[in-house]
Amino acid sequence: MAPKIELPIVNPTFGEDGPAGSDKPRTRAEGGDVMSEIRREVSDNPVFLYMKGTPHQPMCGFSARVVQILHHIQVPFQSCNVLDDYEKREAIKVYSEWPTIPQLYVRGEFVGGCDIVTEMFQEGELQTLLKG
Amino acid sequence: MMTTEEIEAKLRAAFPDAHLQVVDTTGTMDHFEALVVSSAFEGKTRVQRHQAVYAALGDAMRERIHALALTTLTPDQYGSP
Repeated sequence: MAPKIELPIVNPTFGEDGPAGSDKPRTRAEGGDVMSEIRREVSDNPVFLYMKGTPHQPMCGFSARVVQILHHIQVPFQSCNVLDDYEKREAIKVYSEWPTIPQLYVRGEFVGGCDIVTEMFQEGELQTLLKG
Repeated sequence: MMTTEEIEAKLRAAFPDAHLQVVDTTGTMDHFEALVVSSAFEGKTRVQRHQAVYAALGDAMRERIHALALTTLTPDQYGSP
């Protein structure tokens, strides 16, 4: 007797990932909470920076320095301006157990703030990490 | 606002063996630089080391200190030229 092959049940509307990526953490606009939205941002974007201001107009010297380093090594990145989002500004500190902004994430992992990013850049470690 | 002595006391409590240098960089008691050399940092990443320092400072880090530039080294790293 031929073994019964069980095919995965796939909803043709959504494909294997389910509705709009049901495994994915939801943003607040999608009904998730702010922590879920942070998980989504750092997992959807290979390089993500929480900062004060924007890359074009940083509002803090520490954020400006991290932007400058990322530009210098020519790595594309997405960012979030926490000055526009008080809830996220507080939540990101809890998420990373880190009290300050900026915060750099690479492939979902928290890398550090301005001091650590600067030190890693000076030692060439950041370039290695970003190439990986 | 916080004095360098208060910061040193909190760090000393968490890292009894540490070599500490805390500097009030602006003279306004809210921007500091700190060097912490402790064997507690061995085998820890930079993020873990800084997190341990922030934990030692507790609420002061959020409420009383605006900026803290940190250098965290093991005794071996500090001693090496």
